[in-house]
Amino acid sequence: MGFLEELRALFPPGRLLTKEAELAPYESDALTAYRKRPLAVVLPERKEEVVEAVRLCRRYGVPFLARGSGTSLSGGSLPVEGGLVIALNRMNRILRLDPKARIAVVEPGVVNLEVSRQAAPFGLYYAPDPSSQPISTIGGNVAFNSGGAHCLKYGMTAGHVLALEVVTPEGEVVRLGGEGLESVGPDLHGFFVGTEGLLGVALEITLRLLPKPEAYHTLLAAYRSLEAAGNAVSQVIRSGLLPGAMEIMDRLSIEAAEAAVKAGYPRVEALLIVELEGPKEEVEEEAKLLAQVIKESGALEVRVAQSEAERQAIWKGRKAAFSAVGRLSPDYIVQDGVVPRSRLGEALKEIGRLSQEYGLRVANVFHAGDGNLHPLVLYDGKKPGELERAEELAGEILKLCVRLGGSLTGEHGIGVEKKGYMPEMFAPEDLLAMERVKEALDPQGLANRGKVLPGHGQGPHLGEVYA
Amino acid sequence: MPEVRANSLEEAQEAVRTYPRLRPKGGGSKPALSTPKDGETLLDLSGLRGILEYAPEEFVFTAYAGTPLKEIEETLRAHGQYLPFHPPLVEQGATLGGTVAAGLSGPMRERFGGLRDFILGVRFVDGEGRVVRGGGKVVKNAAGFPFHRLMVGSLGAFGVMVELSFKVFPSPRATQTLRLTYGSLAEALAAMERLRVLPLDLLALDLIPPATLEIRLGGFPESLGKRLKRLQEILQKEGEVLAEDETHWEGVRNLRFLEEAPIWVKVPSTPAWVPKLENLLLGPRRYLAGGELLYAGMEAKGLASLRQAGIPHLVLKGAEDALFPHPPEAFFRKLKLALDPRSRFPLEKRGGVGEL
Ligand SMILES: Cc1cc2nc3c(=O)[nH]c(=O)nc-3n(C[C@H](O)[C@H](O)[C@H](O)COP(=O)(O)OP(=O)(O)OC[C@H]3O[C@@H](n4cnc5c(N)ncnc54)[C@H](O)[C@@H]3O)c2cc1C
Ligand SMILES: Cc1cc2nc3c(=O)[nH]c(=O)nc-3n(C[C@H](O)[C@H](O)[C@H](O)COP(=O)(O)OP(=O)(O)OC[C@H]3O[C@@H](n4cnc5c(N)ncnc54)[C@H](O)[C@@H]3O)c2cc1C
Repeated sequence: MGFLEELRALFPPGRLLTKEAELAPYESDALTAYRKRPLAVVLPERKEEVVEAVRLCRRYGVPFLARGSGTSLSGGSLPVEGGLVIALNRMNRILRLDPKARIAVVEPGVVNLEVSRQAAPFGLYYAPDPSSQPISTIGGNVAFNSGGAHCLKYGMTAGHVLALEVVTPEGEVVRLGGEGLESVGPDLHGFFVGTEGLLGVALEITLRLLPKPEAYHTLLAAYRSLEAAGNAVSQVIRSGLLPGAMEIMDRLSIEAAEAAVKAGYPRVEALLIVELEGPKEEVEEEAKLLAQVIKESGALEVRVAQSEAERQAIWKGRKAAFSAVGRLSPDYIVQDGVVPRSRLGEALKEIGRLSQEYGLRVANVFHAGDGNLHPLVLYDGKKPGELERAEELAGEILKLCVRLGGSLTGEHGIGVEKKGYMPEMFAPEDLLAMERVKEALDPQGLANRGKVLPGHGQGPHLGEVYA
Repeated sequence: MPEVRANSLEEAQEAVRTYPRLRPKGGGSKPALSTPKDGETLLDLSGLRGILEYAPEEFVFTAYAGTPLKEIEETLRAHGQYLPFHPPLVEQGATLGGTVAAGLSGPMRERFGGLRDFILGVRFVDGEGRVVRGGGKVVKNAAGFPFHRLMVGSLGAFGVMVELSFKVFPSPRATQTLRLTYGSLAEALAAMERLRVLPLDLLALDLIPPATLEIRLGGFPESLGKRLKRLQEILQKEGEVLAEDETHWEGVRNLRFLEEAPIWVKVPSTPAWVPKLENLLLGPRRYLAGGELLYAGMEAKGLASLRQAGIPHLVLKGAEDALFPHPPEAFFRKLKLALDPRSRFPLEKRGGVGEL
């Protein structure tokens, strides 16, 4: 029997896709500029089926890719030409939700927001909140160590994963971590989070739940420049406050958001959203200090949400910003480089200059509290050469972030899109160590081949690739 | 006992290339982990010390692994900041590297998380003497394999940590502690379980057997009184407000309550396990962070009872076999082969127990 025949023996017809029309939706992720045709897609419903599929790939040397909802913005879930896609959306059960233990044990295809929804009756929630949380899966979040608006205070996905069951690329099933917040021995589950599916497929994930904050205080402040908004963030930090979220939007994204959802934002150069959260007595005191800091920061206008509805109104425009900017332009590239917070002003100024130089509009809406930029480079793919120019501009922005002491990506991952920039951030020895880990766990290089590591899949002479 | 010192990155590389089996030592505050075995050379890293970068406004610092935590905390304090994972054994000389390698957090981990939630980056020398960096120096970063997280609890198995970067937070402006004593363990446990699911933002929530809870609050001085009162209302119990708050918790985080015991052990726990753990032959002890972390003192028979019950643990002092159980072989072995192919560093498997 060949590979496909064996797959057919494992998966009934509706759960093994091989026809061109069936495969089309799996050819790319949210970074639609890249497309590749897989050999087949399987839709497992139980973890045993995933394990069998991985073992089969190993026996036949067929590369494979685990896929959640395909919302990766870096080409992370781009298939390997001729490889197998293991689509995990049907494995979407919450296996156990134990409010006393403050944990949820989930299958990888569970959608992020669903966890919080199920935990809500117990006063608990799952903290990491990527903007894609209504669709992206926990498996994808784990692979990318996804973030969101609350990372400064609550950390990224890695801190909220307590245990993992993983099938390694060689088909072995291992359990990493435990059911509590602490463990002994190397933090292997912590290490797996963020390795972008290169070291295996997560089959079952134990998540930490937190008590939902009791009170929120949400404030919107308008500024005459991005720099002034950036300075306000620094002043908030210097005051000793630790807000749950601090977000900034520039004029272009404000206008886009207004056009899309009519959030009622003031039309200014920059908006800052600050949200405090905690016990009501504490938030009350923090709010007094925040009011004073914002007043001194030279805000043109300040609005404080007086009700949950007003709070949602403030967030509405911010949450819609990505898709809204999409309306301004036929195509766009989103980057998510990080800079040290104190260098935000410098970074934004330089992005403005690059935007002029390349003759392409760049909209900025970002997580200011943790220095995580989200420049959206607008372009028109139908105009010859514009995609290339946009990619080059995006690349310049990435290099800028690294130069300022930051990172290539705060949450979207390296995928295929940024792997060429890895040597900007890491020395050859660092990358070789990653390659060696990959090779030890996946000697045939089957799991997510061609992602993250610039030398990967380029033959045996790694040393030369990095020389 | 053969011993070598490394006072720089280059000297650490040189040592790794020269000696076939090495045991790194920070300050030696966890002797079960840092005492060399036969054939091992002790690599003393206490000279590799000092803070390299600290920008209070970024909430980030980078320091040499051999830096005593005491020095780091003093520097942070001068800027109104602290290590939210609240490392233990600071007064006894614990270093940053030793604390990461052992994977230790203290009582205030309850508020924002443990060491694993705050580590941002590492530079280490692997088993072939190569310098490898993982992570970064910013509070948010998802680029590349996260070697920094691999170091947490690694006991030095993958390499000699040279530099570490951490996220820090502003210190609470004021703190207060409520101590409540119950009639039985079951009552105290029930109260603790109740508090765990409420949004009270407790700094610490400790259970001291047989039946005492210590609850620490931190925040604006103006709000603390009200929050304390609410706590008393929720629990329907007055309790006692501690007079010496800071001094008390310094003693706790330095594990002073273990001092009389010959063997010191860390046990990752959960509230559901507490009754089972309380049936073992343990000595002085305290459950931190709402029952998620037990530090216990004991004699040999206590350790034997833990092992017999199959409960994972790490010995910090007083016994040879430090880690139980050994890390999951299928994953761990491959990582070890990739980073330390010649087994220069600790953590080899002997009979199911992590032989250090
Ligand atoms: C509009 C929009 C907004 C976004 N906002 C954010 C944001 O705020 N923060 C953020 O962090 N990201 C954001 N993203 C990016 C994206 O949603 C996240 O990266 C998300 O985690 C991907 O989840 P997914 O289920 O779609 O995964 P996919 O795109 O299907 O896969 C992503 C990667 O994970 C791997 N993978 C999937 N499942 C598994 C598994 N079980 N085991 C191992 N590997 C697996 C895949 O192989 C692939 O490499 C956004 C994307 C969009 C389109
Ligand atoms: C009773 C007593 C009194 C002391 N008094 C003083 C004093 O007054 N002043 C003073 O300066 N010191 C003093 N010390 C020494 C002090 O205790 C040590 O500095 C401290 O114990 C350091 O321990 P550590 O936390 O660094 O971990 P260690 O116990 O040294 O190591 C823990 C684990 O981490 C590993 N490890 C450590 N560092 C690294 C690294 N960089 N990379 C990889 N693995 C690593 C070790 O191999 C071991 O597995 C005293 C010690 C004792 C016992």
